[in-house]
Amino acid sequence: MSGQENKRTGAEIIWEVLGREGVDVVFGYPGGAIMPAYDAMLKYKIRHVLVRHEQGAAHMADGYARAGGGVGVALATSGPGATNLVTGIATAMMDSIPMVCITGQVSSKVIGSDAFQETDITGVTLPITKHNYLVTRVEDIVPAMRQAFYVARSGRPGPVLVDIAKDAQQATTEFVWDGSPVRMPGYRPEHRAGADQLKSAVDLIDHAERPILFCGHGIIAAGAGELLRELVEKTGIPVAATLLGLGGFPATHPLSLGMMGMHGEAWVNQAIQQADLLIALGMRFDDRVTGNLKTYALTAKKIHVDIDRAELNKNVRVDVAIAKDLRTALVEWLPHVEKRDRSAWLSAIDAMKGDSAVRDIQQLPDDGHLYAAHVINDLWRLTKGDAVVVTDVGQHQMWEAQYYKHDRSRSLITSGGLGTMGFALPAAIGAKVARPDAEVWVVVGDGGFQMTMCELATIAQEKLDVNVAIINNGYLGMVRQWQEFFYDKRYAATPLLGPDFAKLAQAFGITGVAVKKRGEVAGVVEAARRSGHATVIDFQVEQEDSVFPMVPAGADLDKMIRRPSPIVETAAD
Amino acid sequence: MFRRRAFNIESLTVGHTETPGVSRMTVVVETDEYGARRLEAHLHKLVPVRRVENITVAPSIARDLALIKVAATGEARTHVMQLVDVYRARIIDVSPESLVIETTGTEDKIDSLLEVLRPYGVMEMVRTGRVAMARGAGAAEKPAARVTQVAGAHDASAGSV
Ligand SMILES: Cc1ncc(C[n+]2csc(CCOP(=O)(O)OP(=O)(O)O)c2C)c(N)n1
Ligand SMILES: [Mg+2]
Repeated sequence: MSGQENKRTGAEIIWEVLGREGVDVVFGYPGGAIMPAYDAMLKYKIRHVLVRHEQGAAHMADGYARAGGGVGVALATSGPGATNLVTGIATAMMDSIPMVCITGQVSSKVIGSDAFQETDITGVTLPITKHNYLVTRVEDIVPAMRQAFYVARSGRPGPVLVDIAKDAQQATTEFVWDGSPVRMPGYRPEHRAGADQLKSAVDLIDHAERPILFCGHGIIAAGAGELLRELVEKTGIPVAATLLGLGGFPATHPLSLGMMGMHGEAWVNQAIQQADLLIALGMRFDDRVTGNLKTYALTAKKIHVDIDRAELNKNVRVDVAIAKDLRTALVEWLPHVEKRDRSAWLSAIDAMKGDSAVRDIQQLPDDGHLYAAHVINDLWRLTKGDAVVVTDVGQHQMWEAQYYKHDRSRSLITSGGLGTMGFALPAAIGAKVARPDAEVWVVVGDGGFQMTMCELATIAQEKLDVNVAIINNGYLGMVRQWQEFFYDKRYAATPLLGPDFAKLAQAFGITGVAVKKRGEVAGVVEAARRSGHATVIDFQVEQEDSVFPMVPAGADLDKMIRRPSPIVETAAD
Repeated sequence: MFRRRAFNIESLTVGHTETPGVSRMTVVVETDEYGARRLEAHLHKLVPVRRVENITVAPSIARDLALIKVAATGEARTHVMQLVDVYRARIIDVSPESLVIETTGTEDKIDSLLEVLRPYGVMEMVRTGRVAMARGAGAAEKPAARVTQVAGAHDASAGSV
């Protein structure tokens, strides 16, 4: 090829690099400083999904990455476009999601002059990105973008932002792509752990009487679900999951205990407090998981494996700390660990389950009320547990985690670390784009839905088959629950008036249905599943229902507020 | 990062190293050993950071540089010049009303010089904050491309990075 043919504008180079990094879709919204890139886009085959708000673009890129395992890409203009991405970037950062955000910046000649739509977005996003770049010269676009993808996907993944000045997009240079590995001297995504750590870990595992394995998000991110299963089956050790770890180990497996933590099952938290060994895999001992740190798992030795060294001994001091990719660690352990009879420990846990685990909520009489738990449990049975469920933040999120049994990695997508309301609808769009053949359901509260419901227009424009279950309780339910428990039922600013969601959906050209009775749930869900296009279902559920059990923030892990009524107790596993 | 992780920077110096394009920072932070380990791990994670060293307990050399402007006329001037000699400092600027003194050394030494100069009237002072380096071959094993985010030496009890 002659030199002349290799000349490209910066705007074209952006798309050349995206294509070579394997990107097939970007989620974005145009504006002045990114217009050269948009103009160049027309020459390339990469799909563009036009969002209705840049926050949606970031959540879509995030949902795309969580569902498909690739790097999600969001595109926005400078100033307000870039700042609208911020919530989505912070969400991805907290949950270690590989994402690259590309923003236009004002021309390099006017940077620093408070030019129209100028925001120092690399400054703004410094603490909420894994790394970021400000590019002011066309020659720097290729290296910055290549590094961005490399940093986003390697080690502990995370969001990276590349801010590209408008004049760099307009300038022309020789496009050089050598495909050689990215070299970044200060960046070491992998660590090596010594053989002594392997031996100490295996010794602890082999000698433990009451061990529990913790399946965190890292199991899913590392693609180590199968290896974990092998480890469980070889050792007979039961597994508890964090919220983001759900699906990393099959929920219907006999050795799956369920979710731990604030709204985890009572027996899981009790078992943790009685265990003599915790093997924490790819999780970070968040305060929602540990409760009061001073009384947390005092009888247990702890092994902690995480790719991020900074997570080890951060919240909980451990006996063996291994900074390593989980696949590598589990492959090393597998040949050395021994099978042991753990039936005494397993029956002790079963005894803790007591009554609550054996009652099947489906068999309970219909008392005329529609409970969220029933809606979710029906959704689980009707979709045979095969759907990708994208949840928002609040009570419905916890009910989903309790009553939908996730057997597969990447089948639950939720904002765990940041707890971002408004995440679900756009993230589900990203998930559906990543996995067009998957059945995708949004489970969202009436509050969170109203934060990003404009993205229904994106669903309509892209003709996406994403079904939306609004768990409509007329309240900012999770906050209302805290007010009920801890603020004497003073419901400050939590009663919430919503629109007629079914009619709203119809205004977007999307099927909308309201459901008020338990008997109607199955029919409406089945119709939505079969329709081949999006349906919004307004489930008008019991208004003042609460999520149980609950460990009040900062309380001891086994001091839970228990379920007062059996009507929504967990189904038998 | 320091602010986000709730660490307080006591002193910070930045300068070039022997490798072009690579700079070295000496940061003094008041924390305990556990905090220092966490800080080290978080610093390692910052993509542009090439190397982090906690030299709180390692044998190390730490220096601070100060410029001190002292009012000194007549007889006082002779006294000040004698003190400068005793402290092995230098006079680098002379004007009818004042002298500017340059001194390097440990923080203690500079503090003590400052104390003895105070009665003569310290008009202005500027200090660099601490720079530090491990003794011997310790830090040199990974030459050229590696950079240091060095930790400042500190009194043993404080623990620093
Ligand atoms: C962006 C954002 N703002 C505020 C909160 C605090 N918050 C957590 S849960 C919740 C209520 C959610 O209400 P809704 O979406 O109706 O869900 P529900 O709890 O009723 O199921 C609120 C306000 C949050 N997590 N995110
Ligand atoms: Mg609600």
